[in-house]
Amino acid sequence: MRERLLLTGNHAAAYGAMLSRAEVISAYPITPQTMIVELLSELTASGRLDAEFITVESEHSAMAACVGASAAGARAYTATSGQGLALMHEMLHWAVGARLPIVLTNVSRAMAPGWSIWSDQSDILSQRDVGWMMVFAETVQEAQDFVLWMYRVSEQVYLPGMVGMDAFILSHTAEPLIVHDQEAADAYLPPFEPIYDLDPAEPRAYGGLVNRDHYFELRYKIYESMERAGSLLREAGEEFGEVLGRRYTPLEGYLLDDAEYVVVSAGAMTSNVRQAVRDLRDRGVKVGLLRVIAFRPFPITEVRSLLGGRRKVAVLDRNMSPGHSGIFAEEVRSALFGQPDAPPVYGYVVGIGGRDVRVETVVDVVDDLTVREEPEMALYVGVKGLPIGPLRRDSQITRLQPLEVQP
Amino acid sequence: MIELRFHGRGGQGAVVASKTLAQAAFLAGRYVQSYPDYGVERRGAPVVAFARIAEPGDDLFVRQDIREPHHLLILDATLLDSANPLVGLRPGGWVVVNTPETPESLGIESTYRVATVDASAIALRHGLGSAAQPVVNTAILGAFVRATGIVTLDDLLDAIEHEVPAKKEENRVAAIEAHDHVELGVPV
Repeated sequence: MRERLLLTGNHAAAYGAMLSRAEVISAYPITPQTMIVELLSELTASGRLDAEFITVESEHSAMAACVGASAAGARAYTATSGQGLALMHEMLHWAVGARLPIVLTNVSRAMAPGWSIWSDQSDILSQRDVGWMMVFAETVQEAQDFVLWMYRVSEQVYLPGMVGMDAFILSHTAEPLIVHDQEAADAYLPPFEPIYDLDPAEPRAYGGLVNRDHYFELRYKIYESMERAGSLLREAGEEFGEVLGRRYTPLEGYLLDDAEYVVVSAGAMTSNVRQAVRDLRDRGVKVGLLRVIAFRPFPITEVRSLLGGRRKVAVLDRNMSPGHSGIFAEEVRSALFGQPDAPPVYGYVVGIGGRDVRVETVVDVVDDLTVREEPEMALYVGVKGLPIGPLRRDSQITRLQPLEVQP
Repeated sequence: MIELRFHGRGGQGAVVASKTLAQAAFLAGRYVQSYPDYGVERRGAPVVAFARIAEPGDDLFVRQDIREPHHLLILDATLLDSANPLVGLRPGGWVVVNTPETPESLGIESTYRVATVDASAIALRHGLGSAAQPVVNTAILGAFVRATGIVTLDDLLDAIEHEVPAKKEENRVAAIEAHDHVELGVPV
């Protein structure tokens, strides 16, 4: 039965796994994700979800269990966060190389040390080059729906998919959503029937040694499948609209048509960008929003066509690649490079470690964007005692003084 | 948009209170959001939670801490001395406090409306929590509903049914008792 409920982002993700009829769930608890697998274990124990719930001693093992389950032909799901995702890293590669359509929800959390449980997308973006599809949810509804959307595409291209959800501002935020009717969800996502699976009646070996004369071709097929996933994400997003009533796209624009300035954002902080764009429009600033929903595969062609010809672009990054820039800014610059109508891209690093990214923070960014003359790789917003600006140059950096030893 | 802030201590149920109130408004057909300012969970440490309730015409919801709430719910009166929970409260806002004292005795400035209820005593009478740590969330909500009228008592009782994990009946009765016995300060 289709229901309108009030749920947190975490519980919505669990509902997404249930509506997807996940058959094997393996997970290790970690704040702020724990509520996802807690609810899934309850749903499994009560029989509402017909799945095996495998408890393990680490996230590395959780992904290993998902790899085994998926290789045996089961639809496998897990959820993690921050250090947990990092510990999974080796097995994340395995899921890609073995071509297993596992789906994972990552509740993005800052990396330790300093020990932090708060919002920061550095954890998921550190997995950028592994070969998982990645989408970023903004709402509780999407935290649920993107699990189905990922499975729909994953099982066509035999690549795993990751749903990114921001810690607390989405994971622990309760808001209304539509929980889809199970039959409608089944119509959208048919049972997983893999081309190959582990079957004792028909033994095969997997994951063996590959010599130099084959490995490149295996990887080439992965690259090809990821390319294909781009158009399939669009198709599956359209189908979602037809079957389940909400259409999803790899990118989403807001007040973009006549915008001279564009703010690029991903994830839950985008809700505040939307409000800021509206407030700035009331002040007469011609600004729009481009939300990146699909990060892998990156929608390069659409980014070019939606950003081409604009006066300036600000990219908000709740993450940082030290020694380079915010990662979304990097991606946007790279997509635009060499285009005749490419706008200058200004990178803004915001909200690291869960610092509140407020509507007024975004307004400050756009005010800075409109007057700043030269684009910068990364401008830091909200560092205590510093105005919005690039990293301090050598001469401005205060050296650490040796500790004075008290007699 | 009505914005609410809850101040409590770990274990009193401030987070559940914000979700329950949001649920009550949601059951009444309104768009809502509830969000805890999540610290590292420690019993007794100050906890803050937020709720937003849409009014007609509201179509965008933001995701940020509420700095200028319309009303406050204070689950532990000692927070008035230490955590300055009144910061940012809009003039005319209600401050609903768990205390045996009268509204006038709290010394809260007269730009605000004050309601007091002995939620700890009510919670204990109904076996909610322990003497050292009564769970006062449903009682304070009963008082809040009476003071502000933002949702009806019936909607609150339905929401308790949805959101409160244990002792549902005791929680319902505690909410009703607080609703009926809250002291509403007289605006100066």
